[in-house]
Amino acid sequence: MKINRREFAVLGAGVSAGLAMPAIWTGARAQGQPIRVGCSVSLTGALASTKNSLIGYELWRDDVNAAGGLLGRKVELVVYDDQSSPAAVPGIYSKLVDVDKVDLLFSPYGANLTATVMPLAKQRDRIIIGILTLASNDRLKHDKFFQAAPWGPNGAEDWARGFFDLAIANKLQRIAIIAADTEFSKTAAAGGKRVSEAAGLKVVMNQVYPPTLNDFSAILRNLKAAEPEAVFLCSYPPDSTAMVRGLSEIGVGESVKLFGGGMVGPQYASLLQTLGPALNGIVNFHLYVPEPTLKFQGIEGFLTRYQAIAKERQVDPLGFYIPPFCYAAGQMLSEAVKATGTLEEAKLAQWLHGNPVETIVGKIAFNELGDWTERRVLMAQFRNIAGNDLEQFRQAGKQVVLDPPALKSGDLVPFAKARA
Amino acid sequence: MMLIDLAANALASGAALGSIYALLAMGLAITFGLLHVPNVAHPAIVVAGAYAVALANGYGADPLLAALLLTVPFYVLGLGFYTFYSRAFELRGRGNSLQSLTLFFGVALVIEIGLVIAFGTDLRSVSVPYVGQSLSVGFVTLPYRFLVPALVTPAVILALWLYLTRTHGGLALRAVAHDERALSISGIDPSSVKRHAFGLATALAVLAGAALIITGPVDPFTDRSLLGRVFAVVVLAGLGSIPGTLVAAVLIGVAEAFVTTFVSPSWAPGVAFAILLGTLGLRPSGLFGASR
Repeated sequence: MKINRREFAVLGAGVSAGLAMPAIWTGARAQGQPIRVGCSVSLTGALASTKNSLIGYELWRDDVNAAGGLLGRKVELVVYDDQSSPAAVPGIYSKLVDVDKVDLLFSPYGANLTATVMPLAKQRDRIIIGILTLASNDRLKHDKFFQAAPWGPNGAEDWARGFFDLAIANKLQRIAIIAADTEFSKTAAAGGKRVSEAAGLKVVMNQVYPPTLNDFSAILRNLKAAEPEAVFLCSYPPDSTAMVRGLSEIGVGESVKLFGGGMVGPQYASLLQTLGPALNGIVNFHLYVPEPTLKFQGIEGFLTRYQAIAKERQVDPLGFYIPPFCYAAGQMLSEAVKATGTLEEAKLAQWLHGNPVETIVGKIAFNELGDWTERRVLMAQFRNIAGNDLEQFRQAGKQVVLDPPALKSGDLVPFAKARA
Repeated sequence: MMLIDLAANALASGAALGSIYALLAMGLAITFGLLHVPNVAHPAIVVAGAYAVALANGYGADPLLAALLLTVPFYVLGLGFYTFYSRAFELRGRGNSLQSLTLFFGVALVIEIGLVIAFGTDLRSVSVPYVGQSLSVGFVTLPYRFLVPALVTPAVILALWLYLTRTHGGLALRAVAHDERALSISGIDPSSVKRHAFGLATALAVLAGAALIITGPVDPFTDRSLLGRVFAVVVLAGLGSIPGTLVAAVLIGVAEAFVTTFVSPSWAPGVAFAILLGTLGLRPSGLFGASR
């Protein structure tokens, strides 16, 4: 059979079109498909109290979609329950990447779970936003990791440094360090000890206790005997509660001017409500409190919407601690996509490294490890707490920011005076 | 603070803490100590009891009073629990320790998950006027949140001891622990006695739950930190010895308090097991094992 030139040209065009069709079809289909953002959330298990992070993601998704989406495409969340189990996380993220083919990733909550997904993120060279995870990128140094929480550079040791800076600024000389026997607490305590000694503070007591301890009477009596001026406590919710109750029952001595620092628990509504006035005078870390110095663009509207949903879903009714930072994690991605006009992860990472992002938790700039360039963990003092009504914690003046100086809303009131 | 002050306070705190440990272990002293059923779900039932008490406290009920009323539904729950265990295992000849352990671990997990679904994972606590206050006698200061539940234990143990030694039901319960077959020959159904014993142990769990939640907040997984200690108390006392449970628990509590005060709090969790190992080495039946 003979083929003339015209027939050959038609045939060639047909074959070329046929070969190109899958790519054209896939591209066109991808253009119409939503941008998928994947993560695991601890909906069940020991960390299920962090499941309110999902509300932060959902509100971000809804806001982006209401504004027309990203690159003209809707945003869709792909979320799985990791059951608070580090063992479940690698499988979930492999599925997100290989089967669900998500475009972008948020990490699970916290360092323990995130540690299990970081090797995958680095190996596949994927961009991933860390959700309140501490020092997860210090060893891997993945250039596409970005932190959504304000732990700052050298966060593992320095996240609670504001407490020690306060002790130094208030010319306190004698400090006691008490930490639960866990990695998170002990690292912060070690960092605090180093800072204290460097500043010339005398560490009069350095005590580690088992996380199951419920009776702090003996520790408090030993504390009284040591007569510290500042007491740094790094504890978890049950022991934070036991210690706060112990303060009322046994006391801590007249010498103490500054107490608290690294107590996990008083960030959540359930403990605030339980402990009420017993919290007065304590200076503790937080990530957001409703003080006039923290009126970032959009935060109040976000919290109003969050609180309505939280009531319905029976999760933390205040939502100051985790959800705003999940929304901000979404903003980091959407701002980078909008600015670069692409989903190419190398370009997104490059943009995030080079440009600060405006979010509902303030302006964020990243260092080479993806941590915030400035530590912005708040040290706030509980004041004028009366009764156990939760509403009071939505008002300014109940958790006064003492550090960092740029966000300060008041000065330290000595511990005993603030409790009087 | 003088050494004698610290020692006196450690003794008082330790005794109170030990008394609470005894209450936590009391149900297990019946199921494991008397019936030899390794009910590892007991701490989870205690935590479920604590949640029930917290729920009642939300309506203004005093935790201990609420617990007293809740003993009735928990007793019935215990009857049902044993009926299930008996039908699924004992009557089919599968009541060996390993299989029972598996079943009760499963039950503990189901209770934990049930609590998470029903109440979430937030810490739950109760509101009572005496939490945050202390009793001071001389240089000894004891928080009421430890003192009040600690005082409940001797009363419970006395009532239980009187029941076991002075009533036919109690004698039957002790008899079933010694010789089940002999009991059946005398015309008493051992299963029904065991069912009643399980009911009793479950009812005691709600009292222990009240004591637990008065001392501090609980979450659905609190049972995991209690398991080792309550077993240590029961084994140290000697299986089946009810008053011995109080002595063993107080011994552990005081030792923990002294270690916390004078050595390091980090060592305290190991104290119960160190005492247990030391005692079992010298006296394999436990402190009061021979007296049953």
